[in-house]
Amino acid sequence: MAEKVLMKGNEAIAEAAIRAGCRHYFGYPITPQTELAAYMAKRMPKINGVFLQAESEIAAINMVYGVSGTGKRVMTSSSSPGISLKQEGISYIAGSDLPCLIVNVQRGGPGLGGIQPSQSDYFQATKGGGHGDYHLIVLTPDSVQEMADLTALAFDLSDKYRVPAMLLADGTLGQMMEPVALPEEHVNRVEKPWAVTGTEGKRKHNIINSLYLVPEQLEEKNLERYRRYKAIEENEARFESYMMDDAEYCIVAFGIAARVSKNAVVALRKEGIKAGLIRPITIWPFPKKVIAEAAEKVKAFVSVELSMGQMIEDVKLAEDCKKPVVLCNRVGGMIPTPDQVIETVKKIAGGNA
Amino acid sequence: MTTQILIAGFGGQGVLFAGKVLSYKALMEGKELSWLPSYGPEMRGGTANCSVIVSDDPVGSPIVSKPDVLIAMNLPSLDKYEDAVNPGGIILVESTLIERKVKRSDVNVFYVPATRLANEMGAPTLANMVMVGKLIAECDALTHDNLEDALHKVVSAKHADLFEINLKAINTGYNYKA
Repeated sequence: MAEKVLMKGNEAIAEAAIRAGCRHYFGYPITPQTELAAYMAKRMPKINGVFLQAESEIAAINMVYGVSGTGKRVMTSSSSPGISLKQEGISYIAGSDLPCLIVNVQRGGPGLGGIQPSQSDYFQATKGGGHGDYHLIVLTPDSVQEMADLTALAFDLSDKYRVPAMLLADGTLGQMMEPVALPEEHVNRVEKPWAVTGTEGKRKHNIINSLYLVPEQLEEKNLERYRRYKAIEENEARFESYMMDDAEYCIVAFGIAARVSKNAVVALRKEGIKAGLIRPITIWPFPKKVIAEAAEKVKAFVSVELSMGQMIEDVKLAEDCKKPVVLCNRVGGMIPTPDQVIETVKKIAGGNA
Repeated sequence: MTTQILIAGFGGQGVLFAGKVLSYKALMEGKELSWLPSYGPEMRGGTANCSVIVSDDPVGSPIVSKPDVLIAMNLPSLDKYEDAVNPGGIILVESTLIERKVKRSDVNVFYVPATRLANEMGAPTLANMVMVGKLIAECDALTHDNLEDALHKVVSAKHADLFEINLKAINTGYNYKA
């Protein structure tokens, strides 16, 4: 394994993207993801890459759209308000079946909100965000190591399915440093016969477009895209199970909330309360199957979130109302403490623990 | 063993840098660790703090709310975090700037006039490194062994001329007895 170095989560994403063959970055600064753009500004010129600070987030995502059409690996990054600005472009990229990576290092909202960590863009990331029937592949790291590893995976999955990928992190993960073994240089070269690279007069030209005025054609486009979404749902749902073997209380949490929840699980186990954690690593596709299986065994679920309760809806859909699902949350840049999670589980457990 | 360290002070006192030195020391010792800064509209003269967790096991939440070790670099930091320290924990007080004593009797307290010691060395900005040295001396989580290796990781090549004075400041704190 590579030697471990200390890096901020934001920097680890940037370096991992470069190692995954990304040579085109377009963005606009915003706290708490700025280190990512700063890293790219420093590194890209040295490796014949492109770093461009666009005039706005909207411009940046449309530059991503353009480069993606040529088949090159390309990314942008921002934080919540900036990601809202990008939604039109994201919808166009999805509607044109192009791969790219969009990083959202979330902060509290709505509106300009604050600059402290949040997970309140869950709906936006998983249920649309822009207009039309589309999905992003959404990966949720919970460590600096995963900031790097999932960046590489996001590029690969995006290329494979021609679906834009989003890395959904938060301010804590972006700002914190941990030891990270950076992934090896890898370029998973998927053939991209659709790319607009010049025909040299030898073939019919490719067209990248999301406009289909003939409804039959647009319907077929949507149906074809959903066949790919189905394959993604079947093959790419990822999660981590932590102490779930004999668990009676199942915490569901991703990202920084999962880190807090792990502490809570350890503490609850010490007190004889059988708690476990299912940590979604992809939230689209949501790991429905493992939640449904857990519903057969556990007494209740606790959804720990830095939002007013967004993922909890997917937990309820997945467990099909078989067991109670309780929300444990903080919002606005606040983070639940392990004690808050412990108290929530104990309250449900009541005298039955 | 898991040790949760909170370093708090004014922006500009090198609170985050002190955390980095401890983090690299932990990394070189093969420990698990996390480093989390307070971030935001902070600037020189504002408040800054930094959570460092050093552990033999993977680190869960990187947020330190109940520190085992508190380094208080100014009075507001001591006022804010004194009560949060775990019983049996350690409080390192920067005693050039903080005139009051720690009120609690269930923690181990060390008063270090780090700013004065740094001034005497001709390096007034290195009070943070003096405190790092004292922490290494008093806290079991980290050792003094191969300190230079960790420091080389943090003091960039561009500032190589500052390596020796940083090392000296750490050792001054390490050897300081009240």
